[in-house]
Amino acid sequence: MKDLLIHWRKFKREPYAVWLGFALIGTALVLLPFATDAALGRSWVRILDHTLLYIMLALGLNIVVGFAGLLDLGYVAFFAVGAYLYALLASPQFGLHLPFWTLLPLGALVACIFGALLGAPTLRLRGDYLAIVTLGFGEIIRIFLNNLNAPINITNGPQGLNMIDPIMLGDFSFSRTQQILGITFSSVHNYYYLFLALSLLIIFISIRLENSRIGRAWVAVREDEVAAQAMGINTRNVKLLAFAMGASFGGISGGLFAGFQGFVSPESFHLTESIMVLCMVVLGGMGHIPGVILGAVLLSILPEALRYIGPLEEALFGRVIVDPADLRLLILGLAMVLIMLLRPAGLWPSPVQRREFAHHDES
Amino acid sequence: MDIFLQQIINGLVLGSIYALVALGYTMVYGILGLINFAHGEIVMIGAMISLAAIQAMTGFALPGPVIVLMGLLIAIPACMLLGYGIERIAYRPLRHAPRLAPLITAIGVSIVLQNIAMIIWGRQYIAFPPLLPEDTYTIAGASITLLQIFIFFLATVIMAGLIFLVQKTRLGRTIRATAQNPEVAGLMGVNVNNVISSTFIIGSALAAMAGLMVSAYYGLAHYYMGFLLGLKAFSAAVLGGIGNLGGAMLGGLLLGVIESLGAGYIGPLTGGVLGSHYQDVFAFFVLILVLIFRPSGLLGERVSERP
Repeated sequence: MKDLLIHWRKFKREPYAVWLGFALIGTALVLLPFATDAALGRSWVRILDHTLLYIMLALGLNIVVGFAGLLDLGYVAFFAVGAYLYALLASPQFGLHLPFWTLLPLGALVACIFGALLGAPTLRLRGDYLAIVTLGFGEIIRIFLNNLNAPINITNGPQGLNMIDPIMLGDFSFSRTQQILGITFSSVHNYYYLFLALSLLIIFISIRLENSRIGRAWVAVREDEVAAQAMGINTRNVKLLAFAMGASFGGISGGLFAGFQGFVSPESFHLTESIMVLCMVVLGGMGHIPGVILGAVLLSILPEALRYIGPLEEALFGRVIVDPADLRLLILGLAMVLIMLLRPAGLWPSPVQRREFAHHDES
Repeated sequence: MDIFLQQIINGLVLGSIYALVALGYTMVYGILGLINFAHGEIVMIGAMISLAAIQAMTGFALPGPVIVLMGLLIAIPACMLLGYGIERIAYRPLRHAPRLAPLITAIGVSIVLQNIAMIIWGRQYIAFPPLLPEDTYTIAGASITLLQIFIFFLATVIMAGLIFLVQKTRLGRTIRATAQNPEVAGLMGVNVNNVISSTFIIGSALAAMAGLMVSAYYGLAHYYMGFLLGLKAFSAAVLGGIGNLGGAMLGGLLLGVIESLGAGYIGPLTGGVLGSHYQDVFAFFVLILVLIFRPSGLLGERVSERP
């Protein structure tokens, strides 16, 4: 058994084994929507799409919370900015129909500017103040989205915007069923591959950032701001960069969300969404990319899994006592408390974080 | 002019409730350096429990104010217990953990409380039964209800009591000592854990009273009411200088007045572009402005120095 483990460890490092692993995971990811479609039905492919969006969001927040250690409780505001920007510039609201290729970078850019605007005055503050201010900012954005239908109708108020253009690449519409090489790709399948490609891009960027000079500066600021400053890091700029970068990821996934749904309303950008994304980061393991992805996958599937609780309650008590949908947030809240108490570095922490938290236990 | 006076009166009454809640934030912050995110939810639980008790007692032929008082007397110990429990379960084990950890448990606790309240009392608004006298007086063209006078008066008395407690009693001295330096206070024979527990308990009792007041004032209660109220009270505490009791009171009153004047005048001032539904935005703008220009607040001194 032990021999096998040693062999496995050696094998794992071989270049061809690494490539084999990549190839296997790649094939699995490509085949996943068809397997899910066959096994669980079309609605689950849609859930996969949402999961990929959440992975992008969680990775964006991970830069802010995980790498730089800044608690942002209004992250969904940037998601909202991206989504509304897409919705306003590609819908009958103003009669504008800009192409996807301009909207995606534009969404990232505008969200980035919003991030910098919020960050510039607030990043001098200590962590917990920052948490409150971002919380307030998230609410302000939502209040404005809700009320900017008068005197000039910009956001269409609580009704939201609909008939948003689907995502198009040239003549290829993602929302139509397409025939490629004799295989039928339905809309959810098309979006799956688009989101997968962009998620992989964001994962790649995150990994490269983590090991870069900037990434190390973020970790240094997180661990000890004063020491980081003494080492010549411009802490304010570095934190601002984390904020803006995280915001731009939020903006991108917001734009994708708007194009995918064809409909946005302020209700989608409630505080609970911020908490949900934060929970993904915390649950998975702050600052550890595979952990964050795990957290995002687990929590995106949780509401679907909760659907089975209703019938279970009926079987046990004869009637539905608690609406399963109400349990979702309760479980999230409990998970946040328990994770912090029992496994503060998350379910799948990075080695550095694990060491840090272990050290703190001793003191 | 009478609108101005009217908004000032409304603002002071609302502000006195904010001040009560802000005191809870500021006391805990002064000692632990921690924002007790769950404090707003304690206010909500206080409102809900007192309302449930009041509704259960309306069957008996008791005078209205007595029923309300009984509701309050049930809600206060319940909230004290809740505050104590939260501190023991969610904060004490993490006292030496990285800063982010207790913040995240605090958010977790507030989500849990909110959803438990939603499961027990439902998503709908709960109306406050008409038990209190509704006499209205007119002063210089502005009207003020008996309830408003009573809320303001009660809040003032409670705050005076708190100042007495902190400045003149033995418990108060241990609280002040712990706020200055927990380690040294511990060496001087202060039981720091007890002091921390007692600040949570005192803050929660204030929160329970504020909860009843706010639901009586607006005539309703809702499982989500604690979130916004907590955020505003926190802004008030920061405005006055967090960690400073007088500051929390001043900040609360000031924020109440700013909010009511803002809501009253924003329509005419902007030519009807922005209406009074932007009322909730003022607290955040005040918060952000204070944090930019005077992060230590109006009366605070040493806040940003804490590691």
